[in-house]
Amino acid sequence: MQSLLTARIWRGGSDGAFVTYEVPRQDSQTVLDVVTWVQRALDPTLAYRYACRVGMCGSCAMTVNGRARWTCRTHVERVAPHGILDIAPLANLPVIKDLTTDMADFFDKWTKAEGRFQGAATRRQDFARVAPDSRQRRAVDAAIECIGCGVCYASCDVVNWRPDFLGPAALNRAWTLVNDVRDIALRQRLRAVAGDAGCHSCHTQGSCTERCPKNLAPTSAIAGLKRVTAQAAMRRKL
Amino acid sequence: MTGDDILLQARLWWWQRTSAMALAFCVLVHLGVIIYAVHAGLSAASLLGRTRGNVVFGAFYTLFVLACAIHAPIGLMNVAREWLGWRPRPVGWLAAAFALAIVVLGLRAVYGVVVA
Repeated sequence: MQSLLTARIWRGGSDGAFVTYEVPRQDSQTVLDVVTWVQRALDPTLAYRYACRVGMCGSCAMTVNGRARWTCRTHVERVAPHGILDIAPLANLPVIKDLTTDMADFFDKWTKAEGRFQGAATRRQDFARVAPDSRQRRAVDAAIECIGCGVCYASCDVVNWRPDFLGPAALNRAWTLVNDVRDIALRQRLRAVAGDAGCHSCHTQGSCTERCPKNLAPTSAIAGLKRVTAQAAMRRKL
Repeated sequence: MTGDDILLQARLWWWQRTSAMALAFCVLVHLGVIIYAVHAGLSAASLLGRTRGNVVFGAFYTLFVLACAIHAPIGLMNVAREWLGWRPRPVGWLAAAFALAIVVLGLRAVYGVVVA
């Protein structure tokens, strides 16, 4: 007989509750597979998001047994050895319905952190040459692979207690641009990421770095921003 | 948040970080001094005999006091703003008063063992 998994899935809005479903266990089953099976076999009204299923798009993050995770790359076997899975929407974001959250705040903060590249070159100019082993290029490489899944944001205690905090992902993005030698908006960006709602609020607890599915280190990106903003401030260039 | 506030925050962070580096050094030396003094079983009179007129001792503990006076009030200011939700202005005054208290009490102690 096939074994069963007990999946308690959050239903409703922020005032919703967990509903229990019995789901057949399968080899190499991911948490996303479980959610998809429930929607297709048991209740088509279950709302959740996914797109690529291979860890590229960043849309399937949920809270799995109390921890924010990307569900498409999270194997049931690894997170639910006793066959019980609690699946809830990401924390620190308003719940729309079931497992879907409103990510608007999360992405608006990327804009607030000046997360947009601003160059000075035109299409008639040659490519900028950036040495791959330069200090700045290496700093960008270490932080650039963010897929915008929101796991860090949902795991951040500072976001939880001060909702205006820009959060790890937006600050990590700003750090890649601070190190982009082609970008011309450094001062403006440093002003956007400094202060109470920005990098200075980070307590270096490291939950973002601990839980980032891409193994990025927003904590060190934020530390870098603190360093660079302080240097700019001491030179009266902030 | 105003531009001045951003500048102030960034500078305070720099001062706190720099004073922390000084403190890391000072605390280690200070612990060494304590352990040495206790181990040797020195009396108050013989301790004072070694510290009086000792310029290096005086300079070191003056640096220690100043680093504390910079570092601790900035930290307390952040705690008061973040955990107690106090406004920046009264918190600033309180931190300045605390810094002054550390400077006065600390330098008085240095004066007491080195000069007086």
